[in-house]
Order: sequence, then structure tokens, then C-alpha cells
Amino acid sequence: MTVSATTLSVGDAKTLQIWDDLTRTQIVMYAGASGDYNPLHSDERYTTEIAGYPSVFSHGMLSMGASGRVITDWFGAENVRHYGVRFVNQVWPGDALTATVTVTDVRVEDGQAVADLTVSTVNQDGAPVITGTAIVLLDS
Amino acid sequence: MAVDKFPVEATHIMMFARAIGDPNPVFADPDSSEATAAGGTVAPPTFPMASAQFDPENPLIPKPGEPWFGSGREATGVVREGGNTLHAEQSFTYTRPIRPGMVLKGVAREGESWTKASKRGGSLVFSEHLVDYFDQSGDLIVTARMVGVIPELTPTKEA
Repeated sequence: MTVSATTLSVGDAKTLQIWDDLTRTQIVMYAGASGDYNPLHSDERYTTEIAGYPSVFSHGMLSMGASGRVITDWFGAENVRHYGVRFVNQVWPGDALTATVTVTDVRVEDGQAVADLTVSTVNQDGAPVITGTAIVLLDS
Repeated sequence: MAVDKFPVEATHIMMFARAIGDPNPVFADPDSSEATAAGGTVAPPTFPMASAQFDPENPLIPKPGEPWFGSGREATGVVREGGNTLHAEQSFTYTRPIRPGMVLKGVAREGESWTKASKRGGSLVFSEHLVDYFDQSGDLIVTARMVGVIPELTPTKEA
């Protein structure tokens, strides 16, 4: 699936609620699949008593991976050439996250049509949790 | 991360897609119309993180007989070196997508490090880690860039 450059305009955007109530089980699933078993993400007792956080919290990479769904649903997973983010706030169990992807440029690079995108994911208070950019291939 | 052999398996991709909450059949079902349109199943863009499963030195996987810093009967006081580093940035730059059947080798490159003044008047120490992943033909598939930061204070829910 490849989006045509002719159908795309700067400012086009898609938004998706990626979690409405992030569960601890989802965080455990991410630990299991990724191989990052840091107890800060699953072990409430360690995280509160030893590490001093108010509760376990999500892997940043879980938010990045889940936000990437907006890019891959729209442009096709096989067409992602770059995806990069900054982690700006932590994500806690129970958070609701909404990801928005916006087209900032449609251009030709080395004869290949591409789109530049921004990625912005916010929590239920509207606070950003990740901000980033992506580049995807298009049909010309 | 640096890893000699990261065999990319269809079931691992399916589990990873499930773990990031993504139900797109392009990650799980080679017979789906989505996978057919993509030339077969592919891995989600953040899948190189799963190479951590194949790193024998990964300090975030408990090992039999070795002390673990998480809790069992009690919340242990085992301290892990570098344990206060947080993930500040991450990116993936692809030449082509990762697909089942690839066997990737992750080669680490020297990154930069820098210090930035924090809003609270202290300093934050950032360090960059780069890993190039090559397929079994030696072609570069993806470069992963991770930036870690050592914070001064433990964040709170109110922060």
C-alpha cells in the first residue's frame, strides 16, 4: 500500500487514540516482546520502595511504537524510511494517549517521492509525551 | 543494540505488534490483503529494539543464579550500574523494511556526548548510541540512534 503524492497536501493530518486507559498488562507485554524487563515498568514494589517513583511507568518505546501505528496505517509499514522521537514526559498506567501525524512537506528526493511528517502524542491532560518526525515513501 | 545475530522471526514480529497494540495484519498474517499489498509481512518500524532479546550482555534480562534488582519476597537493594539513565531520544533510519527470515547483525558505532543546563539549574548529561543493522548479505537495513540522559531528580506524576 503506497499513498500517491498527488493526493497528499501539506497540513493533511490523522489522529488516533492509541490508549484510552493504558494497562499494566500492556506494559508487561511490551517488556516480554522487546526484552526490556527493567522492573521500573512492571514491579510496583521495586519502583515505589527502592527507585522512588509514584508507580511503574511505560517504556518510552511502547509510546513510540504505538504512535507509529498512525504512520504505518496511513502510509504502509513497508514505506517508512525514518522515524525519530524525543521522549518529553513519562507515561503512567491509566493514561490516555492520542497521536497525531501531520504532513509538513511533499517532495522528491533522488527521484523518489517522499513525505515529511511530524508526530505528536499527548496524554489526557494535553501534555506532550513524545514529539518527533518521520519520512515515508510515496508513489509519484 | 550491538548483537551478533538477530534472527527475525514471524512469531516475534506478531508478538511485538501485539505488544505495541497494533492490530494491522501486515505484521501478523502473510495471507492478509495488507501483507500482500506490502509484498509480505513486515516488522513495525521500532522492531530493532527487540534485538535486545539476542544480546547475552543485556542487563535488563534476569539471569539464573545472578542477583536481580527487582523485587521477590522483598524489594531488593541491588544497585545496577547505569540504572538511572533515562531514554531521551530514539530514531530509526531505514534503507528497506525488516522482514521475517532476515538475520541481522547489529554493529555499534561511537556516538557523541554532551551536557546541557537543566531548568532547575543543574546539568543533564546526554550520551548517543548508534547501531547499524546489516542483513546476511552485508547490506545496511536500518540505523538505530538512541540518546540517554542522566537526570538530576526523580520525576513525579505532578512534574
